[in-house]
Amino acid sequence: MKFLSEYRDQKAAEQLAQQIWKKVTRPWTIMEICGGQTHTIVKNGLEDLLPRDITLVHGPGCPVCVTPIELIDKAVAIAQRPEVIFCSFGDMLRVPGSTKSLFDAKAEGADVRIVYSPLDALKLARTNPDRQVVFFAVGFETTAPANAMAAWQADHDHIENFSLLVSHVLVPPAMEALLSSSNCVVQGFLAAGHVCTVMGYEEYFPIAEKYKVPIVVTGFEPLDILDGILMTVSQLEEGRHEVENQYARATRREGNRPAQERIIEVFEVVNRQWRGLGEIPASGFQLRGRFQKYDANRRFAFTGTPAQESPECISGLILQGIKKPHECPAFAVKCTPENPLGAPMVSSEGACAAYYHYGRRQNHDRQTNDRVQPELSGTPSR
Amino acid sequence: MCLAVPGRVVEIMDDGDIAFRRGRVDFGGIRKEINLAYVPEAEVGKYVLVHVGFAISVIDEEEAQRVFQYLEELGGLQEEFGEIPQ
Amino acid sequence: MTAKPTTEFNLNCPVPRVADDRIVLAHGGGGRLTHQLIERIFMPAFGNPMLEQRHDGAVLAVNGSRLAFTTDSFVVRPLIFPGGTIGDLAVYGTVNDLAMCGARPLYLSAGFILEEGLAMDTLRTVVASMQEAATKAGIQLVTGDTKVVDKGKGDGIFVNTSGIGLIEANVKQTIGPASVQVGDAVIVSGDLGRHGVAILSVREGLEFESPILSDTASVWPAVEALLNAGIEVHCLRDLTRGGLATTLNEIASDRNVCIKLEESLIPVQETVQSACEILGLDPLYVANEGRFAVFVPGAQADAALEVMCRVPVSEVSVRIGKVEQAPGGTVVLQSRIGGNRVVDMLSGEQLPRIC
Repeated sequence: MKFLSEYRDQKAAEQLAQQIWKKVTRPWTIMEICGGQTHTIVKNGLEDLLPRDITLVHGPGCPVCVTPIELIDKAVAIAQRPEVIFCSFGDMLRVPGSTKSLFDAKAEGADVRIVYSPLDALKLARTNPDRQVVFFAVGFETTAPANAMAAWQADHDHIENFSLLVSHVLVPPAMEALLSSSNCVVQGFLAAGHVCTVMGYEEYFPIAEKYKVPIVVTGFEPLDILDGILMTVSQLEEGRHEVENQYARATRREGNRPAQERIIEVFEVVNRQWRGLGEIPASGFQLRGRFQKYDANRRFAFTGTPAQESPECISGLILQGIKKPHECPAFAVKCTPENPLGAPMVSSEGACAAYYHYGRRQNHDRQTNDRVQPELSGTPSR
Repeated sequence: MCLAVPGRVVEIMDDGDIAFRRGRVDFGGIRKEINLAYVPEAEVGKYVLVHVGFAISVIDEEEAQRVFQYLEELGGLQEEFGEIPQ
Repeated sequence: MTAKPTTEFNLNCPVPRVADDRIVLAHGGGGRLTHQLIERIFMPAFGNPMLEQRHDGAVLAVNGSRLAFTTDSFVVRPLIFPGGTIGDLAVYGTVNDLAMCGARPLYLSAGFILEEGLAMDTLRTVVASMQEAATKAGIQLVTGDTKVVDKGKGDGIFVNTSGIGLIEANVKQTIGPASVQVGDAVIVSGDLGRHGVAILSVREGLEFESPILSDTASVWPAVEALLNAGIEVHCLRDLTRGGLATTLNEIASDRNVCIKLEESLIPVQETVQSACEILGLDPLYVANEGRFAVFVPGAQADAALEVMCRVPVSEVSVRIGKVEQAPGGTVVLQSRIGGNRVVDMLSGEQLPRIC
């Protein structure tokens, strides 16, 4: 696929890795924000190409993982109402709530459907006028334009039987929260490329300046990640702390203006709970003004006991990059994808799931004999 | 949520309000109808980045070459591709 | 305004889900949960040496001959899809299970559970495709059964086929996971992912420039060719639910060996790859119907490939890996880009990713 496959080229990856080896003179800890980037790193074994001095830690880049447990419980309660068709992206279905997940609810007879786009959910509302269609609007800023458009089109076409259960979280406040924590180990950031495609990266300049960290807007393919790491390492070695754009083929500094305008029309910024991190001010969206009528939180009354979470999984530490999944005592023992204790094990973008799925049962990537500066391959090995 | 895939616009259907502007986009042989409201500058033949049924950006083809040009300057890429990937 | 420092974060974690008091869709996915179901419910109830082989079919010694016996049920939706129907799927599926035992498929039974209100034309189409498949596969449908359930209690048509095959006298070895050895080469008989994508494309409303057709077909001709050529076939396995990854994990786990794959060698057609990108699927886990994996001694790999490539159903066979000693019980993939990663068993249904 064009603009995708060429960013998976092995030779180019080795070349970029070589450049990183040449640059690095001391240890650096770099965090990638987005779950999609975590996925690429673990899936392709990218850390095996890097010098031991580089530590990659994985940030709270999984909106599924940080959705508060109360919201999952609410989603389940709504889905179980007989008049409701509950629509969601696939990832959300397996996240455990206090007692069950949406998948469990589906097994028990709730009408829960996986959709590819919020417009699919809106279409269901159009074709099922006697049902209440609710869409679980989870995501970073990347998905906000799509959800905003669904609400906007519903309003435009006077569709009443549609609503959104909103769980949007914003990246820059989370980055600031991480950086301001005394536990922060991160020295450089790979910013989430697609979030910046929508929002631009203007917001990162004050953060880079205040905390003296380089921030490189980075894409999702192996070459993007390696290129982003190279740019970050170059800054760190040279003592710079600027905002740079690795993902320039898809991202501009001002972002996507029409998308931003639609977002502002439909959503407003509010404080938000992040599961595993606590409350972060001004870090979420909720529906505003004439779109509030589409807020599922208002439309459906919710009476339930507040969620009690037992402190067993350490997802908070994982989401801040302070611990790696395999350092959690429950990892792969009590906590597995079939029996998850926390969201990072469930979501396909969660760090724990990535580690489990791609076999990082122990500290695999720091073995002496594995870590050699890559030679450029001559002819293909087969 | 971050999975976005690049595809080529093969047809544009304008339906009045920009909010309803749609296109048929080709992803390596697969065609899907995508909302183009957020890329008013998109044209047939251009590549767009698509996320959950919406195009969120037009791919800048010049910028897309940047990393390959850089590597070519470092040498060794010519023999792999023959020419800079189009 | 600075954010509240998060040093005193909450270690939030939900109460673990109550396990396993209901069947969920994932139990039918072919992955980990399916295996758990078999181990926890079926094996304890039915356990006997033959069942414990856990192969695609049972090999029975009857009066000096070796017969293979297998059964499979088909619940695919939609009933008619690009490249096939539930009908020919049901024939080829069982035919292939017999082939995986090294047996010549001979006779099939077919049990139908029809839903009230099913269009007669649909049934005719399905049955016609079954007959065509039976002819192509060289088997006869010799017995059957029909039941009808109330509207809403069945998905149009459910089919079960059971089959009997004969293991020819010249096949001396036991073909099955137990015969897999360190040093074996792993070969797949063609490109992956077509069937799963063909099905999903209908469900997801994907259009294709040139449609992706299910690869459903009988693989017996390829198996027969291998056996007749005297290739020392250790194990044959089809790659249905759960895909290549699941099949290889089962074998690696059974034999406590490591199956080492090279990503760049695994064949996936471009359009199938694109569909997987869009749908957020990994081709390693997508179901295949007319494809199988074969384990042969490393030294015979080239000969095996030559034989297979001469048979139409396996003309794009390719060696994708080998069997090593350690780490036991795992499938390891050398990625195109860089390091190795473990290819795990599928857990749950493969949900399309968005993120």
